[in-house]
Amino acid sequence: MTGFVASLITLGFLAQVLRIAIPYVLAALGGTLSERAGVIDLALEAKLLMGAFAAAVLGYETGSIAVGIAGAAAAGVAVAAIQALWSVRLGADQVVTGIALNLGAFGFTRYFLGVRYGQGANSPRFDGVGTGVLTNPITWIAAALVALVVVGLWQTRLGLRVRAVGERPDAVAAAGVSVARVRWAAVLIGGAIAGVGGAQLSLPVDGFVAEASGGRGYVALAAVIMSGWRPGRAALWCLAFGLADAVQYRMQTHGVGLPAELTRLLPYVLALVLLAVWPRRVAPPRALGQPD
Amino acid sequence: MTGRARTIHLTVVALLATMAVGSLLMIVAGASPLHAWGQLLQKTLGERQGFGQVLFRATPLVFTGLAVAVPLRAGLFNIGGEGQLTAAALACAVVAAALPPGLPAPLAVLIATAVAFLAGAAVGAATGAMRIYRGAHEVIVAIGLNAIIAGVALWLGNRSLFVGESTRTATIPAAAQLPELGLAGSNASVSALGALAVAALMAWLLARTRVGFTWRMTGQGLDAARAAGLPVDRARVWAMTVAGGMAGLAGAHFVLGHKHAYEDGLGRGVGFLGIAVALLAQGEALAIIGAALVFGVLGQGGLAIASDVPKEMVDVLQAVVVLVAAASLGRRRA
Repeated sequence: MTGFVASLITLGFLAQVLRIAIPYVLAALGGTLSERAGVIDLALEAKLLMGAFAAAVLGYETGSIAVGIAGAAAAGVAVAAIQALWSVRLGADQVVTGIALNLGAFGFTRYFLGVRYGQGANSPRFDGVGTGVLTNPITWIAAALVALVVVGLWQTRLGLRVRAVGERPDAVAAAGVSVARVRWAAVLIGGAIAGVGGAQLSLPVDGFVAEASGGRGYVALAAVIMSGWRPGRAALWCLAFGLADAVQYRMQTHGVGLPAELTRLLPYVLALVLLAVWPRRVAPPRALGQPD
Repeated sequence: MTGRARTIHLTVVALLATMAVGSLLMIVAGASPLHAWGQLLQKTLGERQGFGQVLFRATPLVFTGLAVAVPLRAGLFNIGGEGQLTAAALACAVVAAALPPGLPAPLAVLIATAVAFLAGAAVGAATGAMRIYRGAHEVIVAIGLNAIIAGVALWLGNRSLFVGESTRTATIPAAAQLPELGLAGSNASVSALGALAVAALMAWLLARTRVGFTWRMTGQGLDAARAAGLPVDRARVWAMTVAGGMAGLAGAHFVLGHKHAYEDGLGRGVGFLGIAVALLAQGEALAIIGAALVFGVLGQGGLAIASDVPKEMVDVLQAVVVLVAAASLGRRRA
C-alpha cells in the first residue's frame, strides 16, 4: 500500500497522467468546437479510432512519425467530413449519425487490417514515439492545440462565428455569413484535432490494436458537457479522467484495492457519477442538434 | 412523403447503399462481388441449415431491435442494449442454474425469462432516470453502463460464478433449456417464435394502448405532449425500462436457447446491431422482423464468405444502413 501511494507522488506518475490524458484532451477540444457550432459530436470515438489506426498504418508503411501524425489528422477530418455532410448538408439526425460513424470505424479498421495484414486484431509493430512524454511530439502538439483552441474560440473572428452559429444561426445568416460554411469549418478542424488525439493511442505503443479508442470518445464528450462547452475546463476535466485512468493502472500493478476488472472501470464510474451530480449552470449551445 | 412511401424509399436506398459499399469492400479484398454475393445468398437462403442459422441470428436482433425502436418512438436513443443484454443473461443463467430440480419445464423457462426481462429493465430504467431526472445524455450514460456492466460481470464470473478455470457459468437444468427447432442441425430454437410473439405484442402496445399513445405523442413533440397533460417524464422512463427488458430477452435467448449458461462475451455486438435493425425498420415493431432477417442473412452470409472477405465487412454495412437511416430520420424530425 505504501509502495502504491509513493508511486503516485513521482514525476513518472505525472508523465503517465499526461500521456493517458492526451487522447481525452484532444477529443474534448475537437468535440467542443463542433458542439459550439451546433453539431452534436457523438463521432469522437470514430475520430479517435480512425486517428489511431491511420497513425499506426501510415507510420508502419512509411516509417515516418510525421506522416503518421498527419495521417491521423486526415483520418479525423475524413470522419468529420461525413459527419458534416450528414449533419449540415443533409440535416440528418446527429446522434444517430455519430453512432453510425463509430460503428463504421470499428468495422472498417478491422476489415482493413484483415485485408492488408491478414488478421483483424492489430497492425504490425514498428518504432513509434516511445512512452516518454517530453520526447513525444504529440505532447507538444496537444499543448499548442489547447492554447490555440482556447484563444481561437474566445478571441478570433472565426471563434466568435463558431459560437454564434451554435446559439443563433439565424442572426449569423442575417449578418450575411454562411452558417453552413462556419459549421463545416468547426467540424473539420475539430475532426483533425480529435484525429491527432487518436495518434496518441497507437504511436506510443508502437502499433494499433482493434478497439484502441475503448470508449474514450464518449468520456471526452462527457468532459465537454461538464465543462459547459468551455475548452480550457474541458481539458482540465480530461486531465482528471487521465488521473483516474493512471491511478487504476498503478492500483493494478501494485495489486492494491479492487480487482483489475473493477479498477478498469474507474473513468466510466467517475464520468457517470459526475454527470449525475455535477450542477449544470451553463446551458448547452441553443442550436445544438438543430440542422438550421 | 407518406409513411409507407418513406419506408419503401428508405429500404430501397439502404439496400442499394449496402450493395454498393459491400461490393466495393469485396473488390478491395480481391473477391468478385458477383461470386461473393451469390455465395452469401446461397449459403443463407439456399440451404436449410444456413437458413436455420439466419433464424438463429435474427431472433436476438428482433429483441435488441425492439429495445431501440420503443424508446425511439418516445424520442430517446437506447444504445445500452449491450449492457442490458449482459446483465440479463448473467442474471438469467445464475437464477436458472439455481432453480429447484423437478420444476416443470414451462415454469422454469418462465421464471428464467422473467428474471432476464427484469434485469435488463432495471438497467434500462437506470439509464432513463439518469436522462430524465438528472439531465445526463442517455447515450453517454448507456455507453458508461455498458462498460461498467461488462466489467462487473467479468469480475463476478471470475470471482465466483464461472466453473473451474473456464469463463462459463454452471449449465442450467434441462427444464429451463429451450428446445431447438430442428432445422437441419442449425442452432435456431423456439425462442424464434417467442421473438415473433413479442414483436406482435409491442406493435399492439405502440398502436393500441394508452402508454403507446403517450410514447408516440412524446416522440413527436415533447412540449405539445406535456402541454396536453400527458405524463411525459414517466412515460419516457418507462420506454427505456421496457427497452431494457427487450434487450434482456435477447440475453434469455442466448442462455436458454443456445449456450445453456452465461459465457464471457456472450451476445457481444448484438445490442449495437439492434440499432441498425430498428432504424432500418423505421421504429415499426413488425417491420423489425424483416430488418432482423436482413441482418441475419448478412451476418451469417458474411461468415460463409469470410475466407474471401473479412467478416467485419458486415460491421461496415451495418454502419451504412444506420447512416442512411440517420439522414431519413433527421428530415422526418425536422
